[in-house]
Amino acid sequence: MSALRGRIADLSPAELSARLNSDGLALSVPPFTVRVRSPIPVVREGIERMYALHEHFGDDEVFCDFHLSILPRLGWTGLRCELDVDGQRPFTPLARGEAFAFFEWGLNWCVTSHCHHWLTLHAAVLERDGRAVLLPAPPGSGKSTLCAWLMQQGWRLMSDELALIDPASGQLSASPRPVSLKNESIALMRQRLPDAVFGPVAHDTLKGMVAHLRVNESSLRQAALPATPRWIVFPRFEKGATLRAVPRPKPQTLVELASNTFNHHVHGPRGFECLADLVDGCEAFDLSYSQLDDATTWFDSLTRSS
Amino acid sequence: MTLPALDLLLLPLREPERLGTLTPGQWDLLVRQGRRADVLARVAERIEAAGRWADVPPEVARHLQSMRLLAQRQHEELRHETGQLLRVFESAGVPLVLLKGAAYVLQDLRVGEGRMVSDIDILVPRERLADVESALMLSGWVSTNNNPYDQRYYRTWMHELPPMRHLRRGTVLDVHHALVPLSGRLRADPSAMLADIRPIPGNPGVYALSPTDMVLHSAAHLYAEGELELGCRGLLDIELLVLEFAQDADFWPTLTQRAAALRWERPLAQALVYLDELLSTPLPPEVRDWARKVHQHSAPAWRGRLLDAMYLRALRPDHASLSDRWTALARAGLYVRGHWLRMPPWLLAGHLARKALMAARAPKPTEA
Repeated sequence: MSALRGRIADLSPAELSARLNSDGLALSVPPFTVRVRSPIPVVREGIERMYALHEHFGDDEVFCDFHLSILPRLGWTGLRCELDVDGQRPFTPLARGEAFAFFEWGLNWCVTSHCHHWLTLHAAVLERDGRAVLLPAPPGSGKSTLCAWLMQQGWRLMSDELALIDPASGQLSASPRPVSLKNESIALMRQRLPDAVFGPVAHDTLKGMVAHLRVNESSLRQAALPATPRWIVFPRFEKGATLRAVPRPKPQTLVELASNTFNHHVHGPRGFECLADLVDGCEAFDLSYSQLDDATTWFDSLTRSS
Repeated sequence: MTLPALDLLLLPLREPERLGTLTPGQWDLLVRQGRRADVLARVAERIEAAGRWADVPPEVARHLQSMRLLAQRQHEELRHETGQLLRVFESAGVPLVLLKGAAYVLQDLRVGEGRMVSDIDILVPRERLADVESALMLSGWVSTNNNPYDQRYYRTWMHELPPMRHLRRGTVLDVHHALVPLSGRLRADPSAMLADIRPIPGNPGVYALSPTDMVLHSAAHLYAEGELELGCRGLLDIELLVLEFAQDADFWPTLTQRAAALRWERPLAQALVYLDELLSTPLPPEVRDWARKVHQHSAPAWRGRLLDAMYLRALRPDHASLSDRWTALARAGLYVRGHWLRMPPWLLAGHLARKALMAARAPKPTEA
């Protein structure tokens, strides 16, 4: 039987680099095992910093959910990199500097295209006392920033991108991974969270500037614990606004959630019922805010009110 | 040189009772190969039928169950969509004839269990194509390709129209007006097969090709098609079809006679030879001998050996663990050959030049 062989932080840079350059690093990213290969320095740097607390499987023969390589390429306009998912190359190459972000996006793609045993939803998930809040929101709404912040304020980060719902039980599984921050929020989080660890910065991506923030130890330690969805919050960052939370009617919540799923078509009527049950068991709000501290107070009050 | 065998991928399909002996590393490879070959749902259905889930590690089982769920969902959609299509075809007065995966699933054949069916293939008599197309359009199916050159290419030289997609439901329909590309060297006229269609039990008004014709159509597909990324799945389809139909003692003689009547012996012989070589399918000795003889005579010795070497690479799942240094070249070679067979040189040159020009003029694709 294969066993975990220690944390990434315990590997010397030379060992990490050797693994990434040869057979690949069997990285435990609960609830998955991912084999990563790449000769690109920024990928090693990203894994070294963002996955320092995650564990690996050493040289053991182990079942890996996904096999990802980030390969160097030469383009007309400079150095590029390409994502190879075990022989499949689903995306056009990106700039070399985006190689680590490409790994993260590639892993998201693997989960949404292969894991139909869950109902997958584009949403961040935070938990406290076994109860979870779902944050489904379009890019630019400040969802990830809020996530990174609340994680440091005592909420457990289950995911900043993907809610994994078990259609049978309605419970949420956690997949704590680096939080993806964009543009101004990178500087904001560096200033507000001086102890947080940041990954390599990718400039000029389609999403602007992107950098990741390491998931904290307690969120990672509790990765195996599922949670019951209890609140659905649609956050919107609005400059200068005072915090306002408006309850959202259930039908509209259901429609919005359904449009955020990656695979409810795969689950058919059962998927629809699962989503309807989820909405039924949750309170839903539209939240607009500008101050992170106000948001903390409001989220904390959720756990006390019910 | 010996190429890696398909033993691991075939194990759950052939001997599910041995699943308990697999190591984590073997499971890893099995799932990777099965994913590339698009047969994980089929593997899952075999495990289900054999009652062997207890032998599958949970981290593997969830991937198999995931693909099984996807296939089941596709089958549900297929049944619903067939009902919708039937209304269109009844109004046009044309029989609805399903091909390939759609036909396997609706007939409840073993080959349909866990077979992915991402689009629906149907066969329409060429003289009724215009009626069917307009009826389909009135019901919400629109062509995915509006380029006049492509439209002419598909209609004049190919065997199917550009895929049609339903405006609201998003389902994709491949309308075939011939069996293989019209410009190729195999007889493509579907009238003989259309004259022998069989009703699909439980689905009044819906038809499939006869058992022999289903096998021949699938074999011709492997023969004429240059893109063989899913070739292994196609070969497994043929295996499951012949093994199920061969329970009828008349099947094999009927099959070879039909192949002779249609002058399709070569594709059939080729498929049977590769079944034997790649999958070790249990074929009756006389069928095996017949296939070998026809296959050997179909090309001069050196060309035959070269083609075999190419096919035996390209028909393996497109995965690094089942490839050697020649695999990429073999795939590329068969791709070019697929076009070569389909079009005479002057037509091919014009087509490729036209495609290159169209690609150069097209707007650049955006990044992921």
